[in-house]
Amino acid sequence: MTATTAETTARVRKVFRPTWVDTFLWAIRIGAILVIAWGLIGSIQNFAAGRGLSASQWRDLIIAGLSQGAMYGLLALGYSMVYGVLGFINFAHGEVFMSGAMVGFIAANWLFDAGIWAANPILSLLIVLAVAMLTSTLVAILVERVAYRKLRGAPRLIPLITSIGVSFFLQYTFATLFGVGVRTYPQAPEMFAGALSIGGFRIGKASLLVIVVAILSMIGLWYFVTRTKSGQAMRAVAEDKEIAALMGIDVDRTIVTVFAVGGAMAGVAALMWAILFRGVNFFTGFLPGIKAFTSAVLGGIGNLVGAMGGGVLLGLFEGVGPLLILGGLGIPGVSQLKDVVAFTALVLVLVFRPSGLFGERLGSEDRV
Amino acid sequence: MTAATIDAVTPKASRLDVRRLLRMGGLTGLAMTFIAANGMLETFNNRLLIRPILSMGYLLFLAIPFVMGFLIGRRVEVEGVETAPRTAADVVMAVVAGLLAGLIAALFAAIVNAFPGLRGTFPRFSPAMVSVLTFGFGVGTGFLLLPGVAAVVGAVGVGMHWLSDRLRKAVSVAALVVVVAAVFESVVKDFFEWFATLPRFLYHPGGGLKVVSAIVLFIVAGVASFFLQGRKMPGFAGLTSQDATERRRSSLIAAVLVLALTIVVPMLLGGVLNELLTNVGLFMLMGLGLNIVVGYAGLLDLGYVAFFAVGAYTMALLTSPLSSVPFQLNWWQAFPIVLVMAALAGLFIGTPVIRMRGDYLAIVTLGFGEIIRYLFLSDWLSPYFGGAQGVRRVPGIPLGSNLVGGSDITVFVYFTLFFVAIAAYVSWRLQDSRIGRAWAAMREDEDIAEAVGIDTVKAKLLAFVTGAVLASFAGALFAAKVGTVFAHSFEIIVSIIILVVVIVGGMGNIAGVAVGALVLVGVLGGPNQPGLLQEFGEYKLLVYGALLVFMMLQKPEGLLPSARRARELHQEEYLQDAWLDKGGQFVGSEQEA
Amino acid sequence: MPLLEIKNLKKAFGGVKAIGGVDLAVEKGEIVSIIGPNGAGKTSLFNVISGIFPPDEGEIIFNGVNIAGHSPSEITKAGIARTFQNVRLFPNLTVLENVKVGQHCRTHRGIWGAIFQTRAFKEEERLIEERAKDILSFFGTRLVGYRFDQPAFVLSYANRRRLEIARAMATEPVLLLLDEPTAGMNPRESAELTELIGKLRSDKGFTVVMIEHDMRVVGEVSDRVVVLDHGVKIAEGSYHEVSTNEDVIEAYLGRPAEDRTTTTEEQKA
Repeated sequence: MTATTAETTARVRKVFRPTWVDTFLWAIRIGAILVIAWGLIGSIQNFAAGRGLSASQWRDLIIAGLSQGAMYGLLALGYSMVYGVLGFINFAHGEVFMSGAMVGFIAANWLFDAGIWAANPILSLLIVLAVAMLTSTLVAILVERVAYRKLRGAPRLIPLITSIGVSFFLQYTFATLFGVGVRTYPQAPEMFAGALSIGGFRIGKASLLVIVVAILSMIGLWYFVTRTKSGQAMRAVAEDKEIAALMGIDVDRTIVTVFAVGGAMAGVAALMWAILFRGVNFFTGFLPGIKAFTSAVLGGIGNLVGAMGGGVLLGLFEGVGPLLILGGLGIPGVSQLKDVVAFTALVLVLVFRPSGLFGERLGSEDRV
Repeated sequence: MTAATIDAVTPKASRLDVRRLLRMGGLTGLAMTFIAANGMLETFNNRLLIRPILSMGYLLFLAIPFVMGFLIGRRVEVEGVETAPRTAADVVMAVVAGLLAGLIAALFAAIVNAFPGLRGTFPRFSPAMVSVLTFGFGVGTGFLLLPGVAAVVGAVGVGMHWLSDRLRKAVSVAALVVVVAAVFESVVKDFFEWFATLPRFLYHPGGGLKVVSAIVLFIVAGVASFFLQGRKMPGFAGLTSQDATERRRSSLIAAVLVLALTIVVPMLLGGVLNELLTNVGLFMLMGLGLNIVVGYAGLLDLGYVAFFAVGAYTMALLTSPLSSVPFQLNWWQAFPIVLVMAALAGLFIGTPVIRMRGDYLAIVTLGFGEIIRYLFLSDWLSPYFGGAQGVRRVPGIPLGSNLVGGSDITVFVYFTLFFVAIAAYVSWRLQDSRIGRAWAAMREDEDIAEAVGIDTVKAKLLAFVTGAVLASFAGALFAAKVGTVFAHSFEIIVSIIILVVVIVGGMGNIAGVAVGALVLVGVLGGPNQPGLLQEFGEYKLLVYGALLVFMMLQKPEGLLPSARRARELHQEEYLQDAWLDKGGQFVGSEQEA
Repeated sequence: MPLLEIKNLKKAFGGVKAIGGVDLAVEKGEIVSIIGPNGAGKTSLFNVISGIFPPDEGEIIFNGVNIAGHSPSEITKAGIARTFQNVRLFPNLTVLENVKVGQHCRTHRGIWGAIFQTRAFKEEERLIEERAKDILSFFGTRLVGYRFDQPAFVLSYANRRRLEIARAMATEPVLLLLDEPTAGMNPRESAELTELIGKLRSDKGFTVVMIEHDMRVVGEVSDRVVVLDHGVKIAEGSYHEVSTNEDVIEAYLGRPAEDRTTTTEEQKA
């Protein structure tokens, strides 16, 4: 008896079950797509009409976005690995990166004053890289030891709040020690200025350097995670800490390794920042940190290749997006809204696909 | 810290443990060096607590070896495990570690002295800093003086353990009273304007306690504490009681007392301190609002400042004659619209994030907070929000025929406190209501809350909206107080400071939030406003960061925890107590026969 | 019309078939036990019925309405309450609060009532408290008096199970799903609980579906026993019928693999 009406209505509800929250989310999704599409169309029209940027300017934007994205990607690895293993967002990772950039600046400045910077640029860059990596690694390990180790197994939000505290502590440690002003790295050595032409495709040497360094680091990291014993231990601990411990893996040491590797990658990213932007101060780590986290989520948190991919995508989006979409909508002063675009990307990623584009890789406890 | 606790348990600690000694001494030395290197010592040295012998800088500086000594001497008492006896080894250790620490600090002074070029990178590495660090005697004497002082202070720290519990407590209370009296100098002076003899006796004309009065205070407080210890204050004994009715009665007494104080205190204070009190009140308001979101419902919102901004901007746009809104309302007329806008903002920000994992929610709300600020700031929307200029000429709150704004702070403070009272009342009523229980259940276990019939989406949104509305109270008041609303006032740091206020005070507890705001914003200062200790200025956020970490590691339930929260974070201890409840009668976790 | 009717219910987790097409009908006022070896899909069945996971296929018709795919809170509100295999209380809420929370979906007063302390709000709070105490007294003296204000985590294992049942009762369900209510209890406690389950029907009028491993409990209290194995129903009937059923005995004791496919085939036909 009952079947007909109740059942049919219920069957429809089974598929959609549209509460008004769902409706709202769909509205956001559709709205976002419409806005983006509209902006794109506007930009294409402008382009066709010869207004706005030229093709070569667009290309430069894309390359700038790519190199910046490579930096985000390296930074995202740190978020992704820590989340994969310990299940919390290490909010202070951006500050680990900033420490590398700040101390790297001291090294670069010293090299510049000593004349080595001009005389032997490659050696100088390697020294700055080593100093930045060492600093970031050390800071990361120290933070783990002092702040996070005691919090294993605490409710999820407690380590997150702690990391916010660590983040501000580190920021203002640098602010009070070095002053709040922006310090500028010395001009990049001659050989990295200008552009190269590869097969008719012009690319800035600095951007190229950044991209090459990112690829090399990624290969190194991939080798480390998949081929070495510590890398395997890392993956085991990420999957299940207790069982890993039962298998004779030193969990504490492995977690330190995770922080160290994440820190080292942040150090590499610090060098990239120095090459791309040159200016550093205590606040340098904050926005890149949040953007890198966005990249990690975009790529699927816990997924290392995804983190890199997410970084590149976000970099591209941030480089091109404001002009392409907002410019196409006819909004003035788009460069001011660069960070708004990045944050909106974060919100949209989490609304559209919270498990990321390439899928999450989380341990048994963190999979919900 | 952790290491010290663990070591203290092992009997090894009673013997001379060289590794521990090196670690403690080294860390102490580094900490002392750190506060010298970042200029804290030098800056805080300008604030004299006891004139002319003790500045805040030296108090902080010497507190480090003191704490070291105290930790060296500490024994963790575990039932059933024999506690290692106190021996002279502890003292020797503290002295040697103190010498080591002092040596490190002296070495640092020598390095700074020898390489003046370092100042290019480290602006604080100045001769003045070296002078302060070496107590004004120069590097040479410093090599003798610093280790000596650190060793003596370290030994005093250990010595605290030789006192009986009662005496130790009395000494601590006495020291605390002296420090508080010094810090609250301006408050005491304002308070006793009608009886100026007291502040004149206590304080030196140039600022700071007199030596004599410090000694007198110390003795009086110490003696009083020594003899009054253990006696419970009649009305307040129940505040910490597990019994709900007793707790409620005591809270009521406390609330009445606090209410009386809030009416009397602003009358006694002068303009500067009422300004400070207003700031504290605004942060209490926001703290209470965030407390509903974080403390009650367990949603970590890092972009809470957005609602404050929405409240302030809405009020400014509706009341300012210079705004883009074609009509003009007065504060009271605009107020309901502000609340509605804030509620809508809460709904709008809350809805997309509501199904996210807790930690993702934190980051996304942070993102929303920044998006809103950038939009207010942008050239794009500047025709509406005034861009970087903001909205100017926001009038005060009409009261009779006057407009009460920031310049009539002694009246304005009452508006603020009135809304704080409303927020506190709302929080209190919600806590033990059907909605409050649903929030608590959701915070404990979201899946199960859903399974027992709580619509968690609705409950979360309700928390978001309630929090947003309370923050908009603060925003509306803020707009009327400062008269100009611009995006700079709504940086992420405000959200963080509100969070610290809630966490340090005690998540989920109204009194905790109030105390948190008083201590942090009142004494250390808010994001852009100085507190009683103005010297904290640039070091405020350093201290807030450190405090957040320290609280999470040592006392995650906060200074004044809520009953539920304390239970959650100390389940094991509570279980032990429950076992041994009321004269060994087994009422706790029993297995039935 | 049966109170609960499940038709061809299917649920897979990443290729693992947890429920592979179950049909089940429960009449009002029945006590039905679901038994089966570990991994037979019993708890998955409960999870799907109570809305924790949506089914891949099939219908769950409760009181004539298909509830499949609804959220847990809606299903609880519709009148199905459950307990969990590994007791899941709100450990830091007090015993009384745990039961009060259970009444959430049957009460209405919101923020306004609480803020203005309206008469309706006060009346409702009084009722909630009264009812909570009443429900707790169902378990004798174990959860009353000083226990009201104790946090749930101090309770003994058996008492936690009782409290969880009390919380489920507080949602005023028609159908109660109990997941291994006597797990971890000693014989005396489980005998006592068996009696209580009987009273849940006779005194309170609930229909009960329970997953249970203890055959004494099953035999004593169930009207009907349903046996699941590998996500399908392999037998159904009175305790006596089921306990002598060959398939059931084999499911518990194991049998050669090639046999199984044929019998399942037959079963389906």
